[in-house]
Amino acid sequence: MPKLNPPEAKTNSPGSNTLIQIESLSLHYGESKALKNISLTLGEKVVTAFIGPSGCGKSTLLRCLNRMNDLIDNVRIEGSCKIGGHDIYSPDVDVIELRKRVGMVFQKSNPFPKSIYENVAYGLHLHGSKSKPEIAAVVEQSLRSAALWDEVKDRLHASALGLSGGQQQRLCIARAIAIKPEIILMDEPASALDPLATARIEELILELKKDFTIVIVTHNMQQAARISDQTAFFYIGELIEFDSTAKIFTNPAKKQTEDYVTGRFG
Amino acid sequence: MENHFEMGLDALRQKILLMASRAETAVNQSVQSLVQRDYDLAIRVREDDNIIDQFEVEIDEMAIVLLTKAPLASNLRLITVAMKVSQNLERIGDEATKIAKRARDLAQEPAVKVNFDINRMAVMALAMVKESLDAFVQRDPAAARAIIPRDKEVDALNKEIHSQLAQHMTLNPDTIGRCLHWIVAAKSLERIADHAKNIAEEVVYLCEAQDIRHTLKN
Repeated sequence: MPKLNPPEAKTNSPGSNTLIQIESLSLHYGESKALKNISLTLGEKVVTAFIGPSGCGKSTLLRCLNRMNDLIDNVRIEGSCKIGGHDIYSPDVDVIELRKRVGMVFQKSNPFPKSIYENVAYGLHLHGSKSKPEIAAVVEQSLRSAALWDEVKDRLHASALGLSGGQQQRLCIARAIAIKPEIILMDEPASALDPLATARIEELILELKKDFTIVIVTHNMQQAARISDQTAFFYIGELIEFDSTAKIFTNPAKKQTEDYVTGRFG
Repeated sequence: MENHFEMGLDALRQKILLMASRAETAVNQSVQSLVQRDYDLAIRVREDDNIIDQFEVEIDEMAIVLLTKAPLASNLRLITVAMKVSQNLERIGDEATKIAKRARDLAQEPAVKVNFDINRMAVMALAMVKESLDAFVQRDPAAARAIIPRDKEVDALNKEIHSQLAQHMTLNPDTIGRCLHWIVAAKSLERIADHAKNIAEEVVYLCEAQDIRHTLKN
C-alpha cells in the first residue's frame, strides 16, 4: 500500500510549514451561498494572493480567517478553518485573541483620529502590560518595519490624518504589526493608492513576509504576480485553482484561470 | 527599501554573466585543445557543456517569471534580450563542443602540415564574443555596433582556410579525414562569431529599442 503524504505535502508554498488549513468551508449569507466547499492550505511566512472577479468570495474568505464575518447578521459557516492546527470556529476560541494573532489592513486606510504615535501604540495599550519605554520601542520598531519611520520620526505626535493616503496605509500596517500578529490579512491594500505609493506597499509586503504570513486580496493581477508566492483564483464562490504564483501566471491548469489572469474577463 | 523587482533583474544579469564566462571558457579551451592537440582538455570541454545548457534553462525560467510581473518597457527589453543572449551563449557552447570533438579526434592522429591561420580566426571570434558581452554589461550600443562588421572578416578568413584545406586534400588524399575535422572546427569558429554578432545586435535593441537585425546585409 502506498504511503500517505504527510500534511505538509498538501502545501503548495515553497518549502514552508502549514499555518492555515481551510477544509470544506462553505459560507451562507441567509439563503445565498457565498463560498462553496473551499479547501486550502497556506504555508507559514509566505504571501498568498486571493484573486477573482468581484463577488467571487475572495474577501469573504479572507474575513473568515479572523472571523470578521461574525459581525454580519445571517452568516452561517460550515467546514473548518484551522490556524496552527486549531479550529478558529471552535467554541473555546477567544475572538479578541484570534484577531490579535490575525491582523488586518483594509482597502481604505482607516487611522484613528489620533496622533501617529498613538495609532501604533493603541493596540499595545489595549492589550495591556507594557511600560512607556517598551511601548515607545515597539512603536519605533513597527514604524520602521512599515517603512514609515524616516518620514514621520520628527512628527510622531502630529495627527495621523495629516499623512498622505500611502503613508496612512503604511501606518495601518504599522498598527497591525505592533501587536505582533502571526498573520496579516490585506484586503486590496493598495487599490486606492497612486503607483508610487502602491510600489512602496508592494515592497513592504515583500519585506514583511520574512516575519509574517500574509494573505492579500487584490484586483491587480500583476501585483499578485509581483508579490505573492502562491495564488488562489476564485469564481462565484468556488476555488477554481490554487498553486504557486509562477505556475498560475505561466501555466495555469484551468482555462478559466488563464483567461482571468490575462485580463480576458473580470 | 530594497526594490525586489530590480533585485530579480540583477539576479538575471548575474546569471547571464556567469553563463557568459562559462561559454567564453569553453571556446577558449576548445581552441586550446585543438591547437595544442590536448586530448584531455577536449574531453573536459564536452563534459562541461551540460552546465551551459542548464544555465539557458534557468535563465528562461527566471525571465518568464519576471515577465509576469508587468515590467517597465526598458525592463521588458532587458528580459527578452537576456533570453536571446542566453540562447546565443548556449549555441556558442555547442560550437565549442563541436570544436572539442574534432580536437579529440585530431589529437589521436598525426598533425596535418598545412599553413593556415586558425589561431587568428579564433582570436577574432573570441574577441567578438568578449566585446559583445562587455557591450551588454555596459549597455554600450556604439561598442555593439562596432562589433557587427567584424563578422564579415571572420567569414572571409573561414573561406580562405576552407580553400587552403581543400587544396591540401586534393594534393594529399591521405589527409582528407583530418582536413575535414579542421574544416568543421573553422566553421564552428565562424558560427561563434555569428552568435557574437547576434548578441551585439540584441545590445543595440536593448539600449536603443531599435531592431537592426537583417538590415545591414551588403
